[in-house]
Amino acid sequence: MNDMRFVETRVTTNEAKFTAKDVQVYYGDNHAIKDVSIDIEDKTVTAFIGPSGCGKSTFLRCLNRMNDTIDICRVEGDILLDGEDIYDKKVDPVQLRARVGMVFQKPNPFPKSIYDNVAYGPRIHGMARTRADLDEIVEKSLRRAALWDEAKDRLNAPGTGLSGGQQQRLCIARAVATEPEVLLMDEPCSALDPIATSQVEELIADLRTRFSVVIVTHSMQQAARVSQKTAFFHLGDLVEYGDTGHIFTNPEDPRTESYITGRIG
Amino acid sequence: MPFLWLVLILLAIAAVGYALGRARALASSGGDIVQLHSLPVYYGSNAALKSLVPALAVLAVWLVAQPIYVTNVVSGMIPQAQIAEGVSDSLALSEVRRIADGLDLAVANGALTEGEARDGNADVGALTQTLQDAGAVVTNEITAQALAAAQRFRALSAGGAWAMTAVVIAIAVIGAFVGIRQTHKDFRARNVVEQGIRALLIAASLIAILTTLGIVLSLVFNTIEFFRLYPALDFFFGTEWAPSFTGRGGASSLGVLPLLWGTIYISVVALVVAVPIGLFSAIYLSEYASPAVRSFAKPLLEVLAGIPTIVYGLFALLTVGPLLVSVFGEGGLLGVNWQGGGRAVITAGIVMGIMLIPFVSSLSDDIINAVPQALRDGSYGLGATQSETVKQVILPAALPGIVGAILLAASRAIGETMIVVLGAGAAARLSLSPFEAMTTVTAKIVSQLTGDSDFASPEALVAFALGMTLFILTLGLNILALHIVRKYREQYE
Ligand SMILES: Nc1ncnc2c1ncn2[C@@H]1O[C@H](COP(=O)(O)OP(=O)(O)O)[C@@H](O)[C@H]1O
Ligand SMILES: [Mg+2]
Repeated sequence: MNDMRFVETRVTTNEAKFTAKDVQVYYGDNHAIKDVSIDIEDKTVTAFIGPSGCGKSTFLRCLNRMNDTIDICRVEGDILLDGEDIYDKKVDPVQLRARVGMVFQKPNPFPKSIYDNVAYGPRIHGMARTRADLDEIVEKSLRRAALWDEAKDRLNAPGTGLSGGQQQRLCIARAVATEPEVLLMDEPCSALDPIATSQVEELIADLRTRFSVVIVTHSMQQAARVSQKTAFFHLGDLVEYGDTGHIFTNPEDPRTESYITGRIG
Repeated sequence: MPFLWLVLILLAIAAVGYALGRARALASSGGDIVQLHSLPVYYGSNAALKSLVPALAVLAVWLVAQPIYVTNVVSGMIPQAQIAEGVSDSLALSEVRRIADGLDLAVANGALTEGEARDGNADVGALTQTLQDAGAVVTNEITAQALAAAQRFRALSAGGAWAMTAVVIAIAVIGAFVGIRQTHKDFRARNVVEQGIRALLIAASLIAILTTLGIVLSLVFNTIEFFRLYPALDFFFGTEWAPSFTGRGGASSLGVLPLLWGTIYISVVALVVAVPIGLFSAIYLSEYASPAVRSFAKPLLEVLAGIPTIVYGLFALLTVGPLLVSVFGEGGLLGVNWQGGGRAVITAGIVMGIMLIPFVSSLSDDIINAVPQALRDGSYGLGATQSETVKQVILPAALPGIVGAILLAASRAIGETMIVVLGAGAAARLSLSPFEAMTTVTAKIVSQLTGDSDFASPEALVAFALGMTLFILTLGLNILALHIVRKYREQYE
């Protein structure tokens, strides 16, 4: 584990963006998340690590209520975004998802042009009054996703025609375009080659200056490279949560240690 | 020898070949299966295939070729003079065949001995009487030539049948023998069987293709025949459909335009009904409905597809037609007098549309379900509502497939007959009003061919030209649909 570089810049003054208290998630009878309480800080990259099936994606999807689209899924407990319960009756999940964007494991560009992919969110939420506004949003988002140079001459080409790494960056641009406050990323690099991966990682470091980012990853190196906070899940429990450097160098729980040294997972 | 017996004998030979081949294979390895190249079944199957396949192939060819050969020989015996008298070639031939059948019957009844039946110098008049007494259907005047031809026909057929039996059995035995002789522990029986199975599959698909080809060719030839009797231009561009009935004389107007217009008009009305309803219900079922509702509503909708079209026809005639008249007819709800009778384009169109709803909805449902969940997640994850997701992501992604489904529905609508006959009437008419009775190509094909029809008259042959028109129309639609559907599939590979 000595090849890990830790992000030096610890921001200690951040306040909690998400506060989860005693969250339980059930898929039918399957108790997938048990008693998870966690504070996710603003303007911070938080990594979720843990063996497959331990509930990382499930918990991530609770944060923007994507689990609502799964019929058998039931969420209990409180999750507060800026102190407001997101599972409250008053909260419109559709509105919430505009504030908490999501990037998925497999790049999933819509079968539309690159431009329309990025403009999708802004159009739905009425963020651009004129075509020029929209052009500007699209350009800004593509630039932030480090895709502008490759895509600027083919904005009308279908997004599905891009390479895997470009597609994933397009999906990031699409998520960024709605100006979310939090960006959830579920294994965003698992379908990408090393070069595309490092591009996306640079992007994440960049995004942290504006939003808080929660990333699920299977790569310990990636967690160490991009995150400031790390949460280790195991069989539905949140085993350990703390500063990334601390977790990787000085894990408190034996399960965390076994996992990061490669003994379970 | 009855055909069935021949086939049974072939099967028996193959079975014996199978048993011997298997036994020989085991013997050649000293009973040790591991030493054999293939499992023992394959050696048995090899012998069975070698005996059965060539024998059956020869049998099939023989069955086709023999009648052609016999007919050729016999028709050479009928004097050309007699044919020139106005009796057509095929009529003379069928007379010969009837005499031959009559002779068979008489021999079977005991009215004639086999020797008498073959007697070339028999008295024609007496023989005619004998045959008629025996219950055979023959004309009163069997000519000496016809009798000679019939006798020749019998002789050739009987001889051919025996020769066929002998040849086929011989081939089967030789095949089995070859298969058994080949059997040795190093012989690659498994590969041979693989080839055999491949040949079988190819044969099956060839049959399917050849039958289609046969159907198309019969359409084509009869259509050409029709155009020889009736000008093609008048058929394609004629605006009047008024066939005179056979035998009553007088020229017919056989313009296809009114029928084509009726077909297209009714189909369009049907699609206007079926596409929105079918598509919306598919969207509801696949995107909104809970699994419980879905598992209950989908089969219910598909029940509609199981209703025979004649029942839809009755529904059109007895329910929808009168209902529409009570709305659009004289003294109806709207106070307009547009619709004279129940039978109208709109009646047939609406009912046909109802028939097509499950067709459109179940195809579209499959297509919408095939849109990857990841696209929905992507859209929901950006804060889109369900209907925004459907409208902006799912429908565009599924559109080519849905268009394909609609085209398939259209080609069904074009081919539909029963609903038209009962719902739209039989009047061929070029009119813009959907409240008038009209008819379609299919309905007219039926009416041209029901009753006694003489297949040499343009009034009957026109059915083939109509069928051909329809065939090309639906074929075009299907090709277009398949093309679009295929393009759509590639999108997600
Ligand atoms: N859509 C679903 N329906 C039912 N069970 C699910 C579903 N998604 C996940 N699960 C279950 O929840 C548990 C956690 O899964 P997940 O959150 O995907 O794990 P991870 O992302 O950590 O690999 C697993 O046991 C999995 O089987
Ligand atoms: Mg996962």
